[in-house]
Amino acid sequence: MTISHHADPATLMSFAAGSLEEPLAAVVAAHAALCPVCRGEIRRLERIGAALVGNLSAAPVASRAPTLPELAALEADQEPESGPEPVAGGDVPVPLRKLVGRDLDSIPWRRLGLGIWHLPLPLSPGVVGDLRLIKVAPGQVMPAHGHGGPELTLLLAGSYRDQLGHYATGDLADLDDAVEHQPVADPVAGCICLIASIEKARFKSVLARLIQPFIGF
Amino acid sequence: MADLLRRVATAADAEAFSSLFETYAPRVKSYMMRQGTDAATAEELAQETMLAVWRKASLYSADKGSAATWIFTIARNLRIDRLRRQRVWQELPDGHQEEADDAPLPEQIVAEREASIRVQAALAGLPADQLEVVTLGYIEGFSHSEIAERLGLPLGTVKSRMRLAYAKLRTEMEDLA
Repeated sequence: MTISHHADPATLMSFAAGSLEEPLAAVVAAHAALCPVCRGEIRRLERIGAALVGNLSAAPVASRAPTLPELAALEADQEPESGPEPVAGGDVPVPLRKLVGRDLDSIPWRRLGLGIWHLPLPLSPGVVGDLRLIKVAPGQVMPAHGHGGPELTLLLAGSYRDQLGHYATGDLADLDDAVEHQPVADPVAGCICLIASIEKARFKSVLARLIQPFIGF
Repeated sequence: MADLLRRVATAADAEAFSSLFETYAPRVKSYMMRQGTDAATAEELAQETMLAVWRKASLYSADKGSAATWIFTIARNLRIDRLRRQRVWQELPDGHQEEADDAPLPEQIVAEREASIRVQAALAGLPADQLEVVTLGYIEGFSHSEIAERLGLPLGTVKSRMRLAYAKLRTEMEDLA
């Protein structure tokens, strides 16, 4: 897989800092699972975090390090950790497998009409924003739209083309408010994307126009 | 520090662990407090971080960066989990890339020390306005829009300061894994 569109450095920096909003962080984690270049950048950015934490003044810690018997006792208390998810096989990026399984083919899509399906994904309580999978039929044209805030789109299968270029599997479109675009899904393969925004209502308005494109003009 | 971590991993060396604890627990606690937790929670999260270091030491390998970097990622992830209670998406599992290799070569230990000195020097060389947004992001845990609000700046300015800061740091870190 050749990946030619990556996350913005400012997005990666906040991700490495642990301060990127949850829906956006989910997309960056999924992209990084596919993209060795961004994994390398995140590693470098984590060094910056370690350096900054190293410069903090030490807060007095009330307790001392647990001794060996104490550590053994704590470990005995610990529930056995379930092994890692199997990594081999499947085309869903590893960070998303707990949510949607490992195969894009078995995602329980909900039809929105006119060549588009989606699956909204849950966020932690109190988190503002939107995270969802979108499946677009071959050749389908999305309504032109701008962004009131950041939007991240990761291509999981197929491709699309818009004013900014051609986005194929593994590519990440990191767009902010200045950008207006009108994606067209690949004429043969269509596309499957993971999309995150930190605005609550945005997808509704974009999708509403898609579903009723000839009404209300 | 990587050698201490290695001793914890290979020999369950409590003395090495105690040294790591004394070095890192106070800074992790300080980090948690700057992230907005109260002192008691910060203490608890620092303890949990160090226990995770004990448990996961065998998964540490040089490709995960310096020992300090690895411990930072553990602390950061614990903080995220605590804040969100449940995280919907999963980190790559530890050991996804490769298992830890054998004892670090002496040159790796030297390289790690040099790397951290270089990162510190690069940070010290940043213009104040760039260091400010970087620190707010890493230490206070602010998102781009929270930084913009805090500083009364447009979102685009916050992002471009971060990009500029990283471009400068990046040239200093080019050859670091």
